[in-house]
Amino acid sequence: MIDKTFASPDDALHDVADGATIMFGGFVSAGTPSNLILALQRRGTRDITGIANNIGLGDLLDVLCEKRQLAKFIATFAVRASGARKSLFEEQYARGEVALELVPQGTFVERIRAAGAGLGGVLTRVGLGTMVEEGKRTINIDGADYLLELPLRADFAFIKAYRADRMGNLAYRMAGRNFNPAMATAADVVIAEVEQIVEPGGIDPESVGTPGVYVDRVVRCDPVPVRWYG
Amino acid sequence: MAGLSRELIALRVARELREGMVVNLGIGLPTLVSSFLPPGAEILLQAEDGILGYGAISEQDFDPDLINAGGQPVTLLPGASFFDSAASFAMIRGGHVDVAVLGGLEVSERGDLANWYLPERGGGSIGGAMDLACGARRVIVAMTHTAREDRPRIRTRCAYPLTAPACVDLIITDLAVIEVRPEGLLLTEVAPGVDAAFVQARTEPELRLSPDLREMEL
Repeated sequence: MIDKTFASPDDALHDVADGATIMFGGFVSAGTPSNLILALQRRGTRDITGIANNIGLGDLLDVLCEKRQLAKFIATFAVRASGARKSLFEEQYARGEVALELVPQGTFVERIRAAGAGLGGVLTRVGLGTMVEEGKRTINIDGADYLLELPLRADFAFIKAYRADRMGNLAYRMAGRNFNPAMATAADVVIAEVEQIVEPGGIDPESVGTPGVYVDRVVRCDPVPVRWYG
Repeated sequence: MAGLSRELIALRVARELREGMVVNLGIGLPTLVSSFLPPGAEILLQAEDGILGYGAISEQDFDPDLINAGGQPVTLLPGASFFDSAASFAMIRGGHVDVAVLGGLEVSERGDLANWYLPERGGGSIGGAMDLACGARRVIVAMTHTAREDRPRIRTRCAYPLTAPACVDLIITDLAVIEVRPEGLLLTEVAPGVDAAFVQARTEPELRLSPDLREMEL
């Protein structure tokens, strides 16, 4: 019998080692694996390279800065141009204590998708003529220039779905889908936090957002209450 | 001589939107445009986090999975759909979004946009701005005409790091409506109580005056 369920988030993270590269699904408050993030904080793993759309913006990822667990972060949104209130990440970044690679959001998801789909890279016009093109190859195709963006993969992906079965099939809810399906394809070990676990067949096959083949571990958790950060 | 409020800038932007359009509203001032959409017109608002067809901002019932790209709770209109981020940005980059309304720090004479990084604060983030500036069929920038001390935001060349080169089609500010044309900037409308000379004095490159130059209808 295939059974990918784990008893707790802490059990599901049992082999996350210092220096790991970890993807986190979610967009601000939507589809964020909050219980896995809190378990990673408890675990105390250090020198993490984190990959997520945002940090310090209505998500819980900022807790990883409390004990300086992050060495580097790859994100589309991490540092605000305005606003009096600074996240811990912003403070540590300003002091040079954590590295940051900013990526345009469409390029971010497509680099992850490329890694998960066995592609050698992505060609896009986005970033041409901006700071984003620094150090990257430009390729001309039929008279038009494109930036070559390379695949982005990780040792672990922490993702969030609404419902799972023990085989790892996942169903998402509303805008909670976001980066989770792409990240599920692009890491060696994929850990899904879900609100419900049902018997196989309990998710209509038409509604499976991520087929179980991509998912290694499933853990049921009560959602962590979040408030509108605005 | 005062220019338009942020709400009136948003109202003027909303006049550019028509039935059936797919529209993405950036964070900040552009978000206000959703309050002034033409009544009765079916306009599909797209949010980068994977919603097509969201409606008003809802502050009562906060559902963490139902937010726009600015993290604000939103409602859904009949006919709405959800999708993942890869599909969302294929929609944006693939030319399926008719209009992106973006905020701006600076716009150049040839339509370069700088709206993501403030060097004096050493900060900024890209989010979906570069994809929207490159991929939307029409890019409207909504911003105040000048920064502090009347420093022009419409520049011969942008001093701030670019979001995308030559991407802006229309600039709507508290003082004016300006089209970016291949031959340069064309002043088409001025705010009530403002004349072309006042706008030019607060704009770095030379503005050509439209033969149909008129006061904004609000």
